[in-house]
Amino acid sequence: MDILILILITMVKIVGFTFVLTLPIIAYSVYAERRFSAILQDRVGPNRTGIPLTLFGFKKDIPLQGLLQPLADGLKFILKEDFTPSHVNKFFFWLAPALTMVPALLTLAVIPFGSELFGEKLVIADVSVGPLFIFAIASLSVYGITFAGWASNNKYSFFGGVRSCAQMISYEIALGLSVIPVLMIFGQLNLTNIVEWQAQHGWLLCPITFGGENGFDFGFYEFGGPLGILLLLPIFLSFFIFTVSIFAETNRMPFDLPECETELVGGYHTEYSSMKFALFFLGEYAAMIVGSALIVTLFFGGWSLGFGLDALLKDDTDNWVAYAGLIHLGAFLTKVIAFILFFILVRWTVPRFRYDQLMKLGWVVFFELALINILVAAVIMAAPNMVERGEIGALIVLIIGVIAFSIAMFVIAKSLDKKKAPQSL
Amino acid sequence: MAEVKKLKRPELNTGEKLYLIALAKGAMVTLKHAVKSVTGKSRGATGLNSSGLGITMQFPEQRWDDFLPEYYRGAPALVTDEQDRERCVSCQLCEFICPPKAIKIIPAEIPADDEWAKVEKRPKEFDIDMTRCIYCGMCEEVCPEQAIYLRKEYLITGTSREDMVHNKAKLYEIGGKRVGLVNKWNELK
Repeated sequence: MDILILILITMVKIVGFTFVLTLPIIAYSVYAERRFSAILQDRVGPNRTGIPLTLFGFKKDIPLQGLLQPLADGLKFILKEDFTPSHVNKFFFWLAPALTMVPALLTLAVIPFGSELFGEKLVIADVSVGPLFIFAIASLSVYGITFAGWASNNKYSFFGGVRSCAQMISYEIALGLSVIPVLMIFGQLNLTNIVEWQAQHGWLLCPITFGGENGFDFGFYEFGGPLGILLLLPIFLSFFIFTVSIFAETNRMPFDLPECETELVGGYHTEYSSMKFALFFLGEYAAMIVGSALIVTLFFGGWSLGFGLDALLKDDTDNWVAYAGLIHLGAFLTKVIAFILFFILVRWTVPRFRYDQLMKLGWVVFFELALINILVAAVIMAAPNMVERGEIGALIVLIIGVIAFSIAMFVIAKSLDKKKAPQSL
Repeated sequence: MAEVKKLKRPELNTGEKLYLIALAKGAMVTLKHAVKSVTGKSRGATGLNSSGLGITMQFPEQRWDDFLPEYYRGAPALVTDEQDRERCVSCQLCEFICPPKAIKIIPAEIPADDEWAKVEKRPKEFDIDMTRCIYCGMCEEVCPEQAIYLRKEYLITGTSREDMVHNKAKLYEIGGKRVGLVNKWNELK
C-alpha cells in the first residue's frame, strides 16, 4: 500500500512540476522574449492576442496585452501541416525532435522547486547525484540536434548539427570543471541538501545571514574563519564560467551557432515544420529554464529566501511551517524568471561569436581557468587545517605548485593562441 | 609631394582585451534603453505621436494622417469644382496613358437642357481598378481638365475583386471638392 501512495505522490509531482509549472513557463518565456526584445528595439511586440469574442458574435475582443499569444502559437503549430521531405532519413528525422525535448524535461526531475508542502519535499527525485544527473542527461540533447542536422540531408542543417556537436562537447568540460569548487564547499551532490545548506549559511554568492549573536553571520566561517572570504573569488569565477557554459550548452545567443540565421538559413531545424519544429523550439527554452534553475540552485540559494530569512519560516521544533513550501516555490520561480530575463538581455547585448573564437574560448580560456580555479579553491579550503597542524612547509609547496601550474597553463594557452605565420605561395 | 603620415592602429589595453567590462557596459546600454522605452521616453515617441512604447505607432488606433506630406500620392480620385460640377470631360487621356490599364471610362453626352451643356461630355461610368493601380500619378499629370488627383487616401481594402474597383460615386467621394484650380467653363476667376 505504501508503494502505491509513493507512486501516486510521485505522479502528482511529475505532472505538477513538468506540465503545470514548467511547460507554461516555457510558453510564457517565449512571450517574454518577444515582448522584452521588442521593448529593447523600440517595438511593441505581440499585444493583441486575447479572447476572440468577435468569433462568438460579440462586438469587441478582449486584448489582455497579448497574454494569450502562446496559446495561439501552440494552436498554430498543431494545425500546420507536418511535412517530411522525401530526401531525409525518416527514422532519425522523426527521432531528433523528441531527443531534444525529452532530456531537457528529464533534468527537471532533480531540481528542488521548494522546501516542503504537506510533509513532502518539492522535488520529483531526491537523489544524491543531482548535478551529475543533470550533466549526464543534458548532454544527451546534443544527439537530437546532431541527428536532426544529419537526417535532414541538407548541407546547412548538417553544418548546424556538426557545430552544435563540437560546441556542446567542448563546453561540457568547462561546465563540469567549473562546478567542482562549489561542490567542494557543499561537500555533497544532493541538490535539496545543497539548498538547505544555503538556507542556513546564506546564498553561495552572498554568504551572509542576518540575525544571531553578532548581528550577521558569515557563511564560510567554517573554512578558516574570516579568511574564508577568500573563497568568494573562486566561487565567483566558477559562477562566471558556469553561466557562460550554460549559455553555450543551451545554444543561446552569443553562442547560437548551430542555428545562426545569417549563415545557415535555419540551422539544424531548417527542414522541420509544425509540431516537430515546435519540439526543438520548446526544448531549447526548456533547456534554458533548467539551466537557469541549476544556476539559481547552486549559486543563488535555490528556493531559500537567503539572508537568514528562512529561519523565520521554521516553527519551534525546527520544522518548516505549513505555508513555507509555497513561499519557497515563489522565491525559486522569481529567481528563475529573473535569470530568464537576464538570458534575454544578454541575447540582445552580445553579438554572436565567430566559430573559432567560440572554440578558443572554450578550450583555451575556460578549460584552463576552471582547472586553476579548482586548485585555488582547494588550497584556500585546506590552508587553515594545515596551519593548525603546523604543516606550513607543505602549504608553501602547495601554493608554489598552484602558481607554477597556473603559469604553465597560461604559457600553454598563449602558445595555442599564437597566429600562424601566413603561408607563402 | 604631400607628406605621408603613418598612423598606428590603436592597441587594445588589458581591460579591453578582457572583454568583461565591455560586456557590462553593453548590458547597461541595453537596459537603459529598455527603461527609456518602457517609460515612453525613447526617441520619436512624442514627435511621431506613437504608442509610447518605442517609436512604433499602433496602427488602427493611431494614424499617421497628420504626418502625411503635401505631395503624398494615395488613391487616384475625381474632384468637383466650386459649383459642384464634375471636372472630368471624359477625354479618356488617363485611360490611354494608364500603364497598368487600371482606368476604364464610358463617356456620355451631357443633355442639352443641362446647365453645363456646353461642356458636351462627362463620364457615364468611371472605374479605377485598385488591384491594378500602381499609384504612378500619370493620370493626374496627363489630365487637361485637372479633374483627377492622387489624394491622401491610403486605406484601400476589400474582401473581393469587385470591392477593389472604385466606381464613379466612390471616386467623387474620395476626391471631394477642390477649389483654386484653373476654371475653363465658368465665369469664376
